[in-house]
Amino acid sequence: VILSPMAKWCLRLGMALGLAFIYVPLAVVLVNSFNADRTFGWPPPGFTVKWWQAAWDSSGVRAALWTSVQAGLGAAAIALVLGSLVAFAVHRHRFFGRQALSLLVVLPIALPGIVTGIALDSAWRSVIAPLGLGKGLFSVIVGHATFCVVVVYNNVLARLRRTAPSLEEASADLGADTFQTFRHITFPLVRSALFAGGLLAFALSFDEIVVTTFTAGPSVQTLPIWIFNNLFRPNQAPVVNVVAAVLIVLSVIPIYLAQRLSSDSATTHR
Amino acid sequence: MVRRLAAWLHTHARVRLAALLAAPLLWLAGAYLGALAVLLVSAFWTVNTFTGELVQQPTLVNFQALLQGEVYRTVAFRTVATAAAVTIVDALIALPMAFFMAKVARPRARTWLIIAVLTPLWASYLVKAYAWRVILGGGGLADWMSAGHSPGYGLTATVLVLAYLWLPYMILPIYAGLERLPDSHLEASADLGARAARTFRSVVLPAVVPSIIAGSIFTFSLSLGDYITVQIVGGRTQLIGNLVYVNIGAANNLPFAAALATVPVVIMIGYLVAVRRSGALEEL
Repeated sequence: VILSPMAKWCLRLGMALGLAFIYVPLAVVLVNSFNADRTFGWPPPGFTVKWWQAAWDSSGVRAALWTSVQAGLGAAAIALVLGSLVAFAVHRHRFFGRQALSLLVVLPIALPGIVTGIALDSAWRSVIAPLGLGKGLFSVIVGHATFCVVVVYNNVLARLRRTAPSLEEASADLGADTFQTFRHITFPLVRSALFAGGLLAFALSFDEIVVTTFTAGPSVQTLPIWIFNNLFRPNQAPVVNVVAAVLIVLSVIPIYLAQRLSSDSATTHR
Repeated sequence: MVRRLAAWLHTHARVRLAALLAAPLLWLAGAYLGALAVLLVSAFWTVNTFTGELVQQPTLVNFQALLQGEVYRTVAFRTVATAAAVTIVDALIALPMAFFMAKVARPRARTWLIIAVLTPLWASYLVKAYAWRVILGGGGLADWMSAGHSPGYGLTATVLVLAYLWLPYMILPIYAGLERLPDSHLEASADLGARAARTFRSVVLPAVVPSIIAGSIFTFSLSLGDYITVQIVGGRTQLIGNLVYVNIGAANNLPFAAALATVPVVIMIGYLVAVRRSGALEEL
């Protein structure tokens, strides 16, 4: 596009300021994890690694991390099954209420988290708790899986729409039955979409705090709950900061995987 | 045996459909929608103030209290104003960034910029809100940079942090909208003698308004329901979400909380209906 040098300069400045706005807070957390000042005065008066040591030794952090991983894996597993089932049903069949079903899948993530949270909480208390199953890790997984279904559904449905039905027809013509076609043709085609959806579901669950607040029993502490509970305690601040710094560094992993995945599928499809 | 089952399934499409949908429908329509329905119904119940037990007799007192209470109107108005302010701030920051990415940056740089804009979405919500708590806190970076004139915790900080959290949701649709706008349109406008401001007003803006509305659906709805960020950087500020939370926890009044929770949902449905005419929903 032909733009005046002045206009280009302004846009470049806007981009740079925008990126600074996005990344400075994250950088501050990373620097502060080494800040010798307990209350994170700026500029840091000195640097230390003792907070990292303290975080490493914190049993609360480790337990919360493990709980979060379990919840994320459980929610992703359930979402993978339910999301794929709905995606296949919507793609392969025409039936009454098909549009409504797509809306139903989106609803748990479209409504404010607090609405989903209190709805599940009161349902659990009035229906499942009387059966003897109190709120705990399982109720957290149920809550997370409910709003994770949509990301698996979206990924799998998008992939199914892009794949040619002729592949499956060819498989059937060659004498494969429904199950063989699924195992040898359909599943390999949607595998990377399942992985992407599962990854996203895990990330959503790992980060969720609102629904967790309402579905977790008193003994269950996921990592976000742990962070939130310790956020307002001055003597825990340095440990919270190290955990935050670690989470920022770890967020590079899914980006790397997603990038690898998209470049893989880009090369196989062309 | 397996082959016979496969052959039978192949000829019975309805059975296949039922097998596919049984579990998801039981979960989403049975459990989740059921829970939502009970929540909606419970908004018409009350709580016995002495025993703390639910009184399951339909009444409109919760909604009457909502409409007549000065506090609730103030908080509802503040919440909508906050969500609107967040949306405007995001649009102002996102527009030049998206324009640069779509029209100025070279293809290689563009790929990297998209990754750079998307990356924060994978970073934890709490971590980002926490980062701002530290920056805005006394003696923090904001104080240092502004020589002691940091806004501190409060409504301004809440708008700022919510705008920070949802910024990528605004950049992406605007970028997608601008990418679809052919360069030739901008060139034609320049050839016809329009200056930059006129081209922006007559060519760029009409093309991106649906995208901005698409982005605003995210920024607006996510801000409406939020109560965590407010607790972290809002000081004593209260939004609808906080009132809902207080009524479930400390006040132990689920019916009133349910009635309150319908407010953001109703506002959001109204907003969606209003913007549907603009064609923004197809941009999602």
